[in-house]
Amino acid sequence: MTAHSTTDAQPPLSVRDLTVVYHEKPVLWDIDWEVPAGRLCAIVGPNGAGKSTLLKAVLGLLPRASGQVWFFGKTLAQARARIAYVPQRGTVDWDFPTSVLDVVMMGLYGRLGWFKRPGAPEREAALRCLEQVSMQALAHRQIAQLSGGQQQRVFLARALAQNADLYFMDEPFAGVDAVTEEAILRVLHQLKQQGKTVVVVHHDLETVRAYFDHLTLLNVQVIASGPMEATFTPENLKRTYGERMTGASLPMAPSG
Amino acid sequence: MNADLVIIVTAILVSAASALLGTFLVLRRMALLSDAIAHAVLPGIVLAYWLTGGERASLPALLGASAAGLLTVSLVEWLSRTGKVKNDAAIGIVFPALFSLGVLAVSLYFRNVHLDMDAVLYGEIAYAPFNTHPVGGLEVPESWLVMGSLFLLNLGFVLLFYKELKLATFDAGLAAALGFAPGALHYALMALVSITSVGAFQSVGAILIVAFLIVPPATAFLLTRRLPVMIGLALGVGVVSSLVGYGLAIWLDASIAGMMATVAGLCFALAFLFAPQEGYLSRWLRRKRERLEVAARLLVAHLAHHDRAVPEPEALEEFGWNPRFLQQVKDRAVQQGWLEVVAEGLRPTPAGLAISRGRLVPEG
Repeated sequence: MTAHSTTDAQPPLSVRDLTVVYHEKPVLWDIDWEVPAGRLCAIVGPNGAGKSTLLKAVLGLLPRASGQVWFFGKTLAQARARIAYVPQRGTVDWDFPTSVLDVVMMGLYGRLGWFKRPGAPEREAALRCLEQVSMQALAHRQIAQLSGGQQQRVFLARALAQNADLYFMDEPFAGVDAVTEEAILRVLHQLKQQGKTVVVVHHDLETVRAYFDHLTLLNVQVIASGPMEATFTPENLKRTYGERMTGASLPMAPSG
Repeated sequence: MNADLVIIVTAILVSAASALLGTFLVLRRMALLSDAIAHAVLPGIVLAYWLTGGERASLPALLGASAAGLLTVSLVEWLSRTGKVKNDAAIGIVFPALFSLGVLAVSLYFRNVHLDMDAVLYGEIAYAPFNTHPVGGLEVPESWLVMGSLFLLNLGFVLLFYKELKLATFDAGLAAALGFAPGALHYALMALVSITSVGAFQSVGAILIVAFLIVPPATAFLLTRRLPVMIGLALGVGVVSSLVGYGLAIWLDASIAGMMATVAGLCFALAFLFAPQEGYLSRWLRRKRERLEVAARLLVAHLAHHDRAVPEPEALEEFGWNPRFLQQVKDRAVQQGWLEVVAEGLRPTPAGLAISRGRLVPEG
C-alpha cells in the first residue's frame, strides 16, 4: 500500500484485513490501509464505495466482520482522546434546542469526563474555535437558525475544540457555500501546519488534487493509496470508477 | 388529610416526574416508544403481583415493570435491526403482544385481586386519599411516597447526567466516540420511563400516562429552542394541567385524570396556534407579509417599465389579482415609500425605481 516507512513513531492510522458486512453483503472488503502522519488525506470513490462506512467502521461506530485498527499503535479505547470525527451534518437533528456555543462545547466533554459541567474556561475555548471558522458572531444563535454551511462550520469548530491529533471528516465540502469552503480549507491547512493528520471523505475529483496531498481510492476495496501525484493517475481512477470513465472525462488538467 | 390536596399533589408529582423524562423522549423522537412501554409493562406488573401474592405490590411491581419495559425496547430494536420490519411496525407488533399477554393474565388468574382492567387502563386518582402509609407516625398518602420517590429519582437522573443526556440525544455518535456510553444511557432512560409508567398507572392509567409524558414537552418545544427552558416549560405545563384539570373535573363531575390530560392537550393547541415563533398564527402572518412584500416589489418593477402612471384596472389585469389584494399590495408599497397613487393611476417613486433595479429577495 503505502511506500512510506515511518522510522520514528507509529502511523496515526493503520488498518488490517478490515471487512464490513451489511445484510450479508460485503460493503468493505479486506481493507489494508495506512495513513501517514501530518498529511491531508482524501478518500475518494464512487457512490456506494463505502467511504463513510470506512470512517464509521474504523471508529467503531459500525460492527466489523473482521479486521484490526490501530491509532498511533494503540487501540481505539486507548487513543480516543487523540481522535476527532466530523460526521455528515445530516446525521443530527438541527432542530435540537441548543445554541452554537453549546454544540462547540460538546467537543470538550471528553476532556471533562462524566458529571463535570462545562464552565468559563470551556466557553473561552469554544469561542476561540468558533473564531477559527469565522462563526464567533453567531455563538449565541440557536442552531435551528443556521444555514447548511454554517452548520458544517459549527461541526468543524466542535472538532477543533477536541484538540485531536487525528481528524476524520465525512464529506465536509458537500453542498456548502464559498465562505464555508474557504473556512474549511483554512482550517485544514492550519491543522497540517500543526502536524496533525486529517482524513477527509471527498466527492469532487475536480478539487481533490488542489485540496489534499495524500489520496486513497476506494471501491469496496482499497484500489490505490499513496501520495497525491503518484496515486491520482488515469489508470487508478479507471480501476476505481469503472471503464465507463474515459480519459477525456477525467479532470487531469493541472489544478489551481 | 384534605382529599383535594392529596389528589392535586399526586397529579403534580405524576406530571413533573413524566415531563422530566418526556422532554428527552420527544427530542429523541421516541414518543411512540413510551406509549408502547406504558402498555407493555402490564405483564410485568401481573407477574410481580403473582410472585408476591399481595394486594398491592409496589416495589416488585416497579421492578417487574421496568423489566417488561426494557424487554419491549430490546424486542423493538431487535425486530427493526433484522431489516424485515420498519421501526414503527416493530413497535406496533411488540406492545400489543405484551399488553395482550397481560390482559389475558389479568382475566384468567386475577379476577378476585384488586387489579381490574379499568384501573389498569384509566387509573383512579380519586382513590389516592384512601391509600395511606404510616411514616414517622404520620399517615402519608401512598401515591405521594411512590410518585415523590419517582420524581426525585428522575430529577436526580436528569441533573446528574444532564450533560451526557444532552450530548447523547443530540449526537449519539459523538457521545460514543467520547466514551459516554449512549447505549447505557438510552436503556437507563427507558427503565425510568417504565418505572414511572407503573408508578403512575394507579393514578392515571396506562393510556393517559402518555399524555403526561409527551404533551407537556411537545408543547414546550413549540415555545423555546433552549433545553433548560424547555424542561422548565414542560414542568409548568404539567403543573398547570394538573391544577386546572382538577378544578374543571370537580366542577363538571368528570374523570379527573381525563380532564387533566384534556387540559394538557388544550395547552398544546394554544401553543400550536399562538406560539411566538413556531405557532401557526405567526407563521401564517409571516408568510402573508412575505407574499405581500414580493407582490409589492413585483408591482413596482412592472410600473417602472412604463413612463406614465398605470391605471389600476390595467395592473389588475396584468397580474390577475383581485381588487382587495391589489389594495393590500398598494398599501404595502406606499408604506415602504415605493409607490404613489396619482389621479391617472399608480406611479413608482424614485425609491421604488431604485429597488426595481435591485434584487427581488431582500437581504438577510
